[in-house]
Amino acid sequence: MSGNRSRFDKLGVVIAAIAASGVFFAPFATFRANRIVPGEGRTILEALPLWAAATLLLVLALATMVALLRFPLSWRLGASIAALAALMLLIGLAANHLTPPENTYARVAPASGFWLLNFAFALLAADSLTRLRLGPMARIAVLALAALAVTAILYSGSWNGLSILKEYANRADSFWAEAAKHVTLALGSLAAAVVAGIPLGILCHRVPTLRDGVLNVLNIIQTIPSIALFGILIAPLGWIAVHVPGAAEIGIRGIGTAPAFVALFLYSLLPVVANTVVGLAGVPPAANDAARGVGMTARQRLFSIEFPLAFPVILTGIRIVLVQNIGLATIAALIGGGGFGVFVFQGIGQTAMDLVLLGAVPTVALAFAAAVILDAATEMTALNGGQAA
Amino acid sequence: MRLSLPVLARLFVLALLVVFLVRPDWFEPVLKPLTQNNAPAIYNQGSLLMLTLEHLRIVFIATLAATLVALALAILVTRPAGAEFLPLSRSLVNVGQTFPPVAVLALAVPAIGFGEKPTLIALFLYGLLPIFENALTGLTNLPSAVVEAARGVGMNERQRLLKVELPLALPVILAGIRLSVVISLATATIGSTVAAKTLGEVIIAGLISNNLAFVLQGGLIVGALAVLIYDGLSAVERMLARRMGQAGK
Repeated sequence: MSGNRSRFDKLGVVIAAIAASGVFFAPFATFRANRIVPGEGRTILEALPLWAAATLLLVLALATMVALLRFPLSWRLGASIAALAALMLLIGLAANHLTPPENTYARVAPASGFWLLNFAFALLAADSLTRLRLGPMARIAVLALAALAVTAILYSGSWNGLSILKEYANRADSFWAEAAKHVTLALGSLAAAVVAGIPLGILCHRVPTLRDGVLNVLNIIQTIPSIALFGILIAPLGWIAVHVPGAAEIGIRGIGTAPAFVALFLYSLLPVVANTVVGLAGVPPAANDAARGVGMTARQRLFSIEFPLAFPVILTGIRIVLVQNIGLATIAALIGGGGFGVFVFQGIGQTAMDLVLLGAVPTVALAFAAAVILDAATEMTALNGGQAA
Repeated sequence: MRLSLPVLARLFVLALLVVFLVRPDWFEPVLKPLTQNNAPAIYNQGSLLMLTLEHLRIVFIATLAATLVALALAILVTRPAGAEFLPLSRSLVNVGQTFPPVAVLALAVPAIGFGEKPTLIALFLYGLLPIFENALTGLTNLPSAVVEAARGVGMNERQRLLKVELPLALPVILAGIRLSVVISLATATIGSTVAAKTLGEVIIAGLISNNLAFVLQGGLIVGALAVLIYDGLSAVERMLARRMGQAGK
């Protein structure tokens, strides 16, 4: 590399461009007279009281400077957090500022400028965090801190003027009921897939003739689009509910949670089984030979050598499944299975985008958190396995 | 080409699919038992063939755009000029994959309205990730001896990229495109919830009117398309890999 690097950080230039377009060319907040009419954009200066607008612009300008010039990583991280925090706190203020007093129909939502600014500084934060090479525990701690900050803002009530929280206020009870259903669907089907998939994977590893057949069938299941698989399962489960004694009592029905659960279970099997097979195949033959040499039985080898060594790969499969299930569980709403999809599809039906957001934002947040936690867990088990070997 | 059993099975599926799309009424007796109250057994609110072609068109456009953009980005971040973006792009790919397709679709609607456009955008964004990830893997895991040799015979950066790096990474990139196509084929059905003309229309019509025959035919057409396209692209990959293996000798 040559010594004369440009004075500006390249990523900083990109961030500055995105942030500038967010400030100058896009509205900060949208104001609507009621929840379904088209909105009118408001810039930062229009949406906030003067002192707040000035503070926000100053913080954003300083953070952009830090991104643009080659500051140390910790500065860049600090600047991105400061900018994101200012945006988060002030969007709530904008809602209160823009809503006329005593008006319960008006809706204020974050607009494209707000999202662009968030994207710009989230990029900066992501880049700094990646370059800091945080360990698995530190990453979980950052996630927990971010979750805590959002919870604190939610509890403080400063976002209550925002349209998405007005939708929430109208549906607080059903929101938590659907949230519980969503998590139960995603985690329950994962648990079932792990219980069934790992033994199946071990069997496939031991009996190679079985392997191709099983993996082919599971592959074909993956190609059936989710809404069709959910629908196809309605018939057999409805039949079971009517004809098998006791099935209806434990909640098996043609529509609702049961077909959604079975569909998610079927989708989950492939990553679990395939990763178990790959993990076991990757166990070094030397480790197995050594274990055989000291007189371990096949069963002992499986539990104390093969399985621990294959575990990080299996965990990667579980991560894929969990993130995928959290997303797919939204489709369950189409067949009456509940979950956050209820709000997404209701919102699409009523063209009420705040309602769509009420379903989509928690889904994305859950999937993101699951990915961070399981990535960290995979890394920790891989490290432990490495030390043990 | 030898006609082994799996090849025969695929040709049979293809033939069945074509016949079903051109003459769906021939299959009415098979699907009739799945309906209730004398409901129609074959989708009757539009031509299945047209919907299938429309479905394939949307997937093709989205995948083509995703391939071009993902490849350009992957090439950029693996050049010295773009190396600063490499760590960030890795974590962005990781984060991007946590966005559920339904959420992407639903969030695209407020920005651009209902219809085909939000579906195209969702498919494009969702298709970017596997292609970008694989292109990155392919371009960063090249055998260093080959790259050194290319440099040694005096190739400039552009020649190395076009004649050595991209051809070597091609099988891995193709695998990414194949994954992306299969995901898009299934995700496009969800596009019908925001009024895009895809095979999802058939499935949703079935869900709404409680007509299992509709759900089944929509699902099976998409499934058959996915299996056939997946296998077709796998065959192309194997052919390329073989040719490259011979060229290497």
